[in-house]
Amino acid sequence: MIAGLAFYAFAAVLIASAVMVVTSRNPVHSVLYLILAFFNAAALFLIAGAEFLAMILVIVYVGAVAVLFLFVVMMLDIDFVRLRQGFQRYAPIGAVIGGILFLELVFVLGAWQSSGQAESLRLNATPTDVQNTVAIGRVLYTDYVFLFQGAGLILLVSMIGAIVLTHRDRVRSRHQNIEAQVTRRTQLDMARVPVGASIGELGILRPPVPEEKPKVIAHDDHGHGGGHH
Amino acid sequence: MLEVGLGHYLTVSAILFVLGIFGIFLNRKNIIVILMSVELILLSVNLNLVAFSARLGDLTGQIFAMFILTVAAAEAAIGLAVVVIYFRNTGSIEVEDVSTLKG
Repeated sequence: MIAGLAFYAFAAVLIASAVMVVTSRNPVHSVLYLILAFFNAAALFLIAGAEFLAMILVIVYVGAVAVLFLFVVMMLDIDFVRLRQGFQRYAPIGAVIGGILFLELVFVLGAWQSSGQAESLRLNATPTDVQNTVAIGRVLYTDYVFLFQGAGLILLVSMIGAIVLTHRDRVRSRHQNIEAQVTRRTQLDMARVPVGASIGELGILRPPVPEEKPKVIAHDDHGHGGGHH
Repeated sequence: MLEVGLGHYLTVSAILFVLGIFGIFLNRKNIIVILMSVELILLSVNLNLVAFSARLGDLTGQIFAMFILTVAAAEAAIGLAVVVIYFRNTGSIEVEDVSTLKG
C-alpha cells in the first residue's frame, strides 16, 4: 500500500520533470529537472528492489553525467533565444510521432503476456538469502567478468577520447623540452677569476654569444659522442 | 518481489520513452537538450529492465542495466566533448549547421 502510493508519487514527479526537461526554456533548468528525474527514477528502482542500481544511478547520473551537462551548458556562451526558434514548428510532428509510438507501446503492453516457463528460463535467479548488492557482485564478477572489463575499457576509451578532443595546447605554457635538455652540449665553460675581485672590476661574466659557433661545436660534439674517443 | 504491478512500471517507462522522442523533435536546434532526451530514453529502458528483473526474479536485467548505464555515461562524455569543440570552432551549437561539416 505504502509502496504503491510512493510509486505513484515518484512516477508522477518523474514524468513531470521529464516534461520540463524537454520543454524548458533555459537549458540550465533542463539539466536541473534532469537531475530531479534521475532521483525519482532511483526511487522507482528502490521500490522495485534494485538498491545497488538505484545508488549507482544517483552516483553516476546525478554525480557525473548531469554535472557534466551543467558544466557544458554554463561554459558555452550560447544564444538560447536563437535556439528556441522553430520550437512551435516542430512540436506537431513530434507530438504525432510520439503519439504513434506511444500507441504502439500501449498495444504491446495490452497483448503481451509472460511465458509459462519463465521460472525455468531464468539465467540468474535472484537469491533470497543475500542482499541485492551481494547478489549482483556474485554474478557480475564471475559470469559477466569479461563484459565488466569491456565496460571498463569503453569508459577508458571515452575518457581518452574526450581528453584528446577537447585538449588545447596552450602557446604560453612552459613545457619541459626533454629533447633540448638531452641534446644540450656537455662542455662546461669554466673561468678562473681572481679571488676577491668584485664584479664591478671584472665586468659581468656573460655566457659566450652563440654565433655560428654552435654549429661547429654541435658537429664536434656529435662526432665525439658517436666516436667515443 | 514487486509490490507494484509490472504494468505500472511499463507504463511509466513508455511515457518516459515517448517524452524523450518528443524532446528530440521539439529541440531540433539545441544539441545539448537532444543529448538530455537521449539520456531520458536510456533511463526509460533501464526502468523497463529493472521492472522485468524484479518481476521475474532474474538478476540479469539489473546487470544489463548497469552496462547500459556505463555506455550512457561514455556517450554523454564523448557527445559533450564534440559539442564543446564544435562550439569552439563555429560559435554555435545548432544542429542544422553541422551538415556543413561534410566534404
